[in-house]
Amino acid sequence: MAIVALAAGAPLYAEHVANTTPERNNLTGKIVVDGETRDVVSLDGIPVGPTWQREYLLGADANGRDVAVRLLYAARNSLFIGLTAALITTLLGIALGLLAGYYRGATDWVISRAMDVLWAVPVLLLGVALGVALTLGGLKIGPLEIRGGSLWIPALIIGVVSVVYLARPLRGEVLRLREQEFVEAARAQGASGPRIMVSEILPNILTTVLVFFPLLVANAVLLEAALSFLGAGVQEPAPSWGLMIGSGIKVLITQPALTIAPGVMLVLSVLSLNVVGEAVREAINPRARVRLEQ
Amino acid sequence: MARFIIRRLLGMLLVLFAVSVIVFAIFNVIPNGAPENRMAGKQSTPQQIEAIRREWGFDQSVLTQYVKTMEKLLTGKNFISYNQQRPVYDELKAGLPRTVSLAIGAAILWLVAGVALGVYSALRAGSKADFAINVLAIIGISVPVFWLGALVNHYLGYKLGWFPNGGYVPISEGGLWEWAYHLFMPWTVLSILFIGVYSRVLRSTILDTLDEDFVRTARAKGLSERRVVTHHVLRTSLAPIVTLWGLDFALVVTGGAILTETVFDIQGIGSYYADSVGQLDVPPVMAVTMLGAVVIVVVNTLVDIAYAALDPRVRLS
Repeated sequence: MAIVALAAGAPLYAEHVANTTPERNNLTGKIVVDGETRDVVSLDGIPVGPTWQREYLLGADANGRDVAVRLLYAARNSLFIGLTAALITTLLGIALGLLAGYYRGATDWVISRAMDVLWAVPVLLLGVALGVALTLGGLKIGPLEIRGGSLWIPALIIGVVSVVYLARPLRGEVLRLREQEFVEAARAQGASGPRIMVSEILPNILTTVLVFFPLLVANAVLLEAALSFLGAGVQEPAPSWGLMIGSGIKVLITQPALTIAPGVMLVLSVLSLNVVGEAVREAINPRARVRLEQ
Repeated sequence: MARFIIRRLLGMLLVLFAVSVIVFAIFNVIPNGAPENRMAGKQSTPQQIEAIRREWGFDQSVLTQYVKTMEKLLTGKNFISYNQQRPVYDELKAGLPRTVSLAIGAAILWLVAGVALGVYSALRAGSKADFAINVLAIIGISVPVFWLGALVNHYLGYKLGWFPNGGYVPISEGGLWEWAYHLFMPWTVLSILFIGVYSRVLRSTILDTLDEDFVRTARAKGLSERRVVTHHVLRTSLAPIVTLWGLDFALVVTGGAILTETVFDIQGIGSYYADSVGQLDVPPVMAVTMLGAVVIVVVNTLVDIAYAALDPRVRLS
């Protein structure tokens, strides 16, 4: 909750308190700290540390950008990617689970083998490969065109590679539900396949979806950070916690804050999502689980 | 049973084929992906580029290129990376001992710690210790391994000097102690996520098993609680954990620990993959993904067959 509020307030903070934008470089500027004028980035390239005042609250990065402002904007990007990816996973997972579980036979065979293929490649390996490829080339599907640096690319990749987590359990559930009396009753009344899926089966699998959703968002946020860290996710100059950790590590010796701060934000958001997920899971279905890989 | 096994094996080949096509396609449909331009370097003439295209077969159709690449991948002959222009399998052989060293230590650590914590918290369910273990487990699965790894490496390795700052020392050079000493931090950091997952999975499995009829029967027979737990509850609850362990171990061995390897400079298969993918170097990327896919699919199939052999109900579905 707090993270969402911070993310929403990011532009306000940037404009009124820190007086900069997340992508504005400031290599030659000077600021006054404790009555002493200092370079934002010193001549030998060392950025200023946390100042604990309005501008550069948590210091600057190597480009002279305000770390606190970038952290908040990164929160927006992470949440956007996490939520979009989880939504993509959910929609795809529901569609595939319903089709495979309800029609069985050839449809089920094709979908299940496709899931086997996704399962066979480690999520991170596939994500990195797709990330690098799509970031360079962008993506064109018919009239839809996504530029290389767009946030939609990591969101889409994470959404698609995570589909197995949801589609498999849903398929099992649909297989069980389709034999129940109320489905048979609907079929006896002459309801069509799609109608039964949407109005009879779908409402019954929504609780499972609800249990998985926060866990999927948590997983997506973590995966986004990992991909960005490896250079296959969010692209500079857009801010991302994973990206900030990646560049922070290079100056860990002089400026540990550049690594610690984004990591703490990342841990807190993933942790809160996992705690929410845990609470929902305890309340509804103690067996749901998302397989984690790092 | 024979038919079941044959069907599974055919499915396995199909999945592997699909993986190879997809990975190959990812790198051959992207614009600006043409490797000959990068291989020729910045100051190259069109003739040089043309010569490289001819020599490496980039002028042929995508289908021919796919077939050629797969041929090289399967036979290992002339299977050379685009950028370093070194045999891919030699590089893999160099990286394998490093990655296996990382995987073995971490896997033992996370299995032992995960099982110990899981059993303890399940048997003390509801207690303060159980609550504390659960909280730690959730924190464990929420911490990004590359961040934790970098901090641990910096503070324990660089600042305090308790441990060497990453890197890898083979047993043949530094002996068993140096080898383990260098790997201690990577092992710990890599296993934290898995310890969190395993302890929670095991805890819920044990709690489910405790409600089973056969546990009640065992208790009714007058067996001691200790015997009921060790002989009846644990034996059944550990099966899914061991399956999971096999899969996760396979995952790490085949390059799944990219982040840990990168942060601690292990230079194993994961780092090789990360470097190659950044340079769009198709042969190593194909090799590592296929290696991973083969191991995962084989382990999965073996598990399925073992389950089917043990439980006839599985074969029907």
